[in-house]
Amino acid sequence: MSRWAERELSGWGRVHKARCLAARPERQAELAATLASEGTLLAFGAGRSYGDVALNSGGRAVITSRLDRLLSFDPDSGLLVAEPGVTLGTLFDTFLPLGFAPPVAPGTGFATLGGAVANDVHGKNHHLQGSFGHHLEWLDLRLPNGESRRITAAEQSSLWRATLGGLGLTGLIERVALRLKRVPSNALVVRKRRIPDLDAFLAAFDAHARSDYAVGWIDALARGPDLGRGILETAAPAERSLGSAATGGVRVPFDFPSFALGRTSVRAFNALYRRHVPAGGVESTMPYAKFLFPLDALHDWNRIYGRRGFHQFQCLVPFEGGAVTLRRMLEGIAQSGLGSFLAVLKAMGERGSGYLSFPAPGYTLALDFPNAPGVKELLARLERLAADAGGRVYLAKDATLSADLLPAMYPELDRFRAVLDEIDPQGRMTSDMARRLAIRKLPA
Amino acid sequence: MTDHWLILGASSSIARAFAREVGRRGAALTLAGRDAADLDASAADAQLRGAASARALPCDAADATSRATFLARAALPGTVLNVFLAIGSMPEQEAMDGDPMLLAAMIEANYSGPVALLQGLAGAFEAQRGGRVVIVGSVAGDRGRRKNYLYGSAKAGLARYAEGLRARLHPCGATVTLVKPGFVDTAMTWGLPGLFLVASPEGCARAILRAAERGVATLYVPFFWRFIMLIIQHIPAHVMKKLKF
Repeated sequence: MSRWAERELSGWGRVHKARCLAARPERQAELAATLASEGTLLAFGAGRSYGDVALNSGGRAVITSRLDRLLSFDPDSGLLVAEPGVTLGTLFDTFLPLGFAPPVAPGTGFATLGGAVANDVHGKNHHLQGSFGHHLEWLDLRLPNGESRRITAAEQSSLWRATLGGLGLTGLIERVALRLKRVPSNALVVRKRRIPDLDAFLAAFDAHARSDYAVGWIDALARGPDLGRGILETAAPAERSLGSAATGGVRVPFDFPSFALGRTSVRAFNALYRRHVPAGGVESTMPYAKFLFPLDALHDWNRIYGRRGFHQFQCLVPFEGGAVTLRRMLEGIAQSGLGSFLAVLKAMGERGSGYLSFPAPGYTLALDFPNAPGVKELLARLERLAADAGGRVYLAKDATLSADLLPAMYPELDRFRAVLDEIDPQGRMTSDMARRLAIRKLPA
Repeated sequence: MTDHWLILGASSSIARAFAREVGRRGAALTLAGRDAADLDASAADAQLRGAASARALPCDAADATSRATFLARAALPGTVLNVFLAIGSMPEQEAMDGDPMLLAAMIEANYSGPVALLQGLAGAFEAQRGGRVVIVGSVAGDRGRRKNYLYGSAKAGLARYAEGLRARLHPCGATVTLVKPGFVDTAMTWGLPGLFLVASPEGCARAILRAAERGVATLYVPFFWRFIMLIIQHIPAHVMKKLKF
């Protein structure tokens, strides 16, 4: 059976690291057998969540990357059954030639299906397609007590709603049944245009509410009348396929020194990015992956932030009063001068069905900060602003939230806790995040 | 004609990667081994990723009855047979020291079983006048090391067998490639201390397929193990006997 090896795992932001005992099962029987161990346990996928949601310091990690097989596919219904370590990128590569694609994909194709379930991920088409969980038919879940259970979307049981977006705390996902959608080609027609300020951006999202994909890139350093300026990208399926393009990508071979992301260099980068879109806008046809996973061509891009790592902040604020909150946030970020690459802004649709699902109607803003002095204070201010607006932060990205803000951000937290108390009274499944945010209330 | 790759020991990490590689290129696959549920999953995966066909076939290399049943069903009409053998087991040497049954089982798994299976398939290569045989051995078979000589000696036996089979099949145009993996990131090596420059199973699988297609006799993967083993092979016996590794 699987051997346990001492490993240091880290979140994608590389601020949080965890020493733990890790197993990497290659067969379903080995996955189930990991529960026969002592101590606490948590599944770990591709390591693409940013903070500590997938880390379990001093406990055990079950790495799912080798459980990566496609188990069945029905072209009539589009129903795919696969193991949890299969990546979203693999699904695009494998099924686009057959005229199918995953209906929802996060910003990286390296994320696994298991991770997509545990974080109920969303993508640039959330306003129309909802989040990952909306396209699931069923899950096979290995509960902390060792029992395997098939839970279904049709039932919407409390266990289903706790598992979807449940941060891995309900058990180990063994199989995922996902409905793929039919697509006319392997490509998207992408339109980009410049947007002068924040109000124009929010208006543009309204105007593009029917576009299949819509996402905004904001120059987070712009201030005054330019606050919120950036580029709007919308996309729709292309009618005809592109010839197969070379894939692969480039690797970041070393950790960048910290001055590489100073204020001046980031400002210059953001200005260049904006100017590469002509004043009249631009339209081009590109493969799905290039639009959905813009940073995947640069492997290990997190090393650009150097050894100290970085934080990603992503929040959601309700539409009502959202403009005011976003303005305050962007002002605070611009004033802080803590260099950030582009910020991402998007209008979101339907709420997720998990107790801890992040998506809900509103605007979401996401951006990176190097782990520099002053960044924790800035993040605390942003988190407070999100909470005061009736919004929330995205736990898949979070590394700094304090436990007292969690219940207001996730009003169904107590229902989530009730499910965990029932299926895992001993608290076998846990994580650094669960401890930091006091998600479980267990006797010490 | 479609290539048929018969993968023996198909649940192992390198075999799985190799099956994916040839499956992607449209080969027909037979995945043989003991864990039926696991092989079914791998067969489904291969089929969805482009294999012409994929089936799982039970085969316990250490069991004569199971081998015979398997050999009777191994052929796929209308295809060219190729074999990839990755059967093996590496128990702790100390455990085998105190347990003769475990020692015998290790030799069965690494030597007698694989030899019986390959010998049962050799005639098919002569009949079709061609095809590829890939045998996964080990660098441990190159010298008798104090820490690992039981396993190493079984793998050394398999290497000599491969050499003889190569000679037998040469007149009919079939090739035999003996692969000697160094450190590869597999379930077998996960968590073992002292590994360096560990290669991915996917990279090894690609290198192995290239070598098999060219009819290479012996392949070290990753390639630099050829140089490491060249040095180790030249350690004189009077020095070797004093080494503790």
